[in-house]
Amino acid sequence: MSEVIATNQTILVVGGGISGLTAALEAAECGKQVILLEKSPTVGGRVAQLYKYFPKLCFPTCGLEIQYRRLKANKNIRLLTLAEVTQVTGSEGDYDVTVALSPRYVTENCTACGDCEKAVAAEFDDEHNYGLKQRKGAYLPSMMAYPQRYVIDPRIIGTADAEAAKGACKAGAVDLDMQAQSLNLKVGAIIWATGWTPYDAAKIQPYGYDRFANVITNVEFERMLDPFGPTGGKIVRPSDGQAPSNIAFIQCAGSRDRNHLLHCSRICCMATLKQTNYVRENLGDAAKSTVYYIDIRAIDRIDDFHRKVKADANVSFTKSKVANIAENKANGNLVLHGVDTEGYNRYANEHDLVVLAVGMESTVPAGVFPEGFKINEHNFIELDPANGAIYGAGCSSDALDVNRAAQNATASALRAIQVINRVAGQEG
Amino acid sequence: MTQMNQAMIEKYRSSFLKEVETNVEEGHWVKMCMQCGVCSGSCPLGPHWEHPPQEIFMMIRANKRDEVLKSSSMWFCTSCYNCIARCPRGLPITHIMHGLASYSKKLGLAPKSQPTESFGQIFWNSIASNGRVNELKIGLALQFKDGFGQGVKNAMAQKDLGMAMMKTKRMNPMEFFGGHTCKDKSGIARMLKKAQEVEDQHIANYGAGK
Ligand SMILES: Cc1cc2nc3c(=O)[nH]c(=O)nc-3n(C[C@H](O)[C@H](O)[C@H](O)COP(=O)(O)OP(=O)(O)OC[C@H]3O[C@@H](n4cnc5c(N)ncnc54)[C@H](O)[C@@H]3O)c2cc1C
Ligand code: SF4
Ligand code: SF4
Repeated sequence: MSEVIATNQTILVVGGGISGLTAALEAAECGKQVILLEKSPTVGGRVAQLYKYFPKLCFPTCGLEIQYRRLKANKNIRLLTLAEVTQVTGSEGDYDVTVALSPRYVTENCTACGDCEKAVAAEFDDEHNYGLKQRKGAYLPSMMAYPQRYVIDPRIIGTADAEAAKGACKAGAVDLDMQAQSLNLKVGAIIWATGWTPYDAAKIQPYGYDRFANVITNVEFERMLDPFGPTGGKIVRPSDGQAPSNIAFIQCAGSRDRNHLLHCSRICCMATLKQTNYVRENLGDAAKSTVYYIDIRAIDRIDDFHRKVKADANVSFTKSKVANIAENKANGNLVLHGVDTEGYNRYANEHDLVVLAVGMESTVPAGVFPEGFKINEHNFIELDPANGAIYGAGCSSDALDVNRAAQNATASALRAIQVINRVAGQEG
Repeated sequence: MTQMNQAMIEKYRSSFLKEVETNVEEGHWVKMCMQCGVCSGSCPLGPHWEHPPQEIFMMIRANKRDEVLKSSSMWFCTSCYNCIARCPRGLPITHIMHGLASYSKKLGLAPKSQPTESFGQIFWNSIASNGRVNELKIGLALQFKDGFGQGVKNAMAQKDLGMAMMKTKRMNPMEFFGGHTCKDKSGIARMLKKAQEVEDQHIANYGAGK
């Protein structure tokens, strides 16, 4: 690896999702030096795992491709994948950052031909598809991966598979001797954009995600729609592969709840409205959607979308947080129990597929930041003088949709730029 | 209408929510309910309540004083704690239900011959006079609470259970004659008297609008 040059006039961006990409690009396009660290083998983050995104229902390629092109064209950004920050010390204008780099075992010479993948036998859960599908021990993380470079799973190192991959690569790009490395970077400002992870649905005991095959999560539902996803783009019941005809969406599954995430995840209402659209697109009049909700939070201009969905005769709304789910053993259907708020009627409704609208849990880590660093009760980084020049961006600062995450990331880039300008001014 | 009930109506004329907040155990939580319905849906006795907890909380906010306090609903609570465990807002629903029930009884508004209410009174009478619960007498009192004829019918219907309990020494027929008591009966009586004074003072303060 060529040397990574960083000074206290460098901006460090951690996390290469839509927020980290945006912040890095905005700062670099203003002429600042940027190092962008991404923990996984590819940038793109969670957006790359969506089928389409609201409100305009475009494919994620649409937003990400532009960012990738800007990234490729910009000489001011140094991107490091498989990189994780383990320690930050120092203060505004003068941070010391320790980074752990994991080996990819594939060099820049990779042409993404895929010969290594064909040569390897071992299979593992595919992270891009939330484990709903298997991938090989030599793999491209997704069709949209950037960089377009293969990865060798560390679990095959030392096995015959690893040698097979090396032997198959005509470009000589497989390097099985690559080692983990540690880097020390000096930077002036840090933008933290490590995003979110879906709330663990198995913790919501009464909904039986861990017990009932046909209870799935909204992020899994997104993957089902992808033509290259686990079901080849079809909406099916996991228990029998049949198309469902009566789908329930349960809102606030693990959000706005003292027992789970206290915050409103803000996007799951819109995500569900969007997903009822997928149902119509995919199954037409053969399937009905019912949305169980406390209140629908579709704010300002996205309320138009809400109104459109409400006008769809195949979508109905029940104002109630479902209390619990039981399985009908005979057919794998789910019986939803609860009491609605419009009339206090007790119901026991049978559906053949249940989608839990799980929320976004912040991934801001503990034990990495300088002493006195403030992380709020929801594990987000807010603007706070105590935090010096470390700024949260996107879903590290709040539960945000793509639009707001990008705006928020631009704002944090502006803050970091001002810090660097001050440092540069002092140094003359 | 009891004097205390009249005083309370005067004092909180337009806000039953305020009345509940100040006078009912854990009543200050009521305004935190977001009407999601999880408590009502989680209640094992839910189908038997006229107004499930979620609705009770809304009725309090809607000033439905009589409907709430005269309702039998909160007397159905069995203290299973399902609702508390699941309420996303952390409301101590079980405690509020018991708070509402005892408040309505204090005001003389509790529904007459509601079985939970009757049981509570009989239990209290037993423990207050002996410092111990006399299970035999409580059982009989409950069976005969709706008159002698009905009592005989109830007792006949349950006689197998009664015999089995005696056989396994879970019930002692000799308890009918006096029954066991605690060592310091007068001490218990003094303690309860003191508690009653504190309670009376509390009620007097309500009446005086303090
Ligand atoms: C079911 C669902 C549907 C959604 N649909 C839409 C939609 O239709 N429209 C919309 O606008 N929004 C939607 N969202 C929200 C959208 O996913 C987020 O707004 C977006 O992902 C935020 O981007 P981000 O960059 O802040 O975080 P992320 O996308 O999570 O990116 C974070 C990046 O940081 C990396 N990272 C994590 N930890 C570390 C670390 N320690 N070090 C280095 N890197 C790290 C991750 O690998 C990742 O690449 C949806 C969300 C859900 C749950
Ligand atoms: S966005 Fe909707 S579903 Fe998500 S937590 Fe907020 S209210 Fe609940
Ligand atoms: S579960 Fe809690 S918030 Fe929901 S209706 Fe019941 S008391 Fe209100």
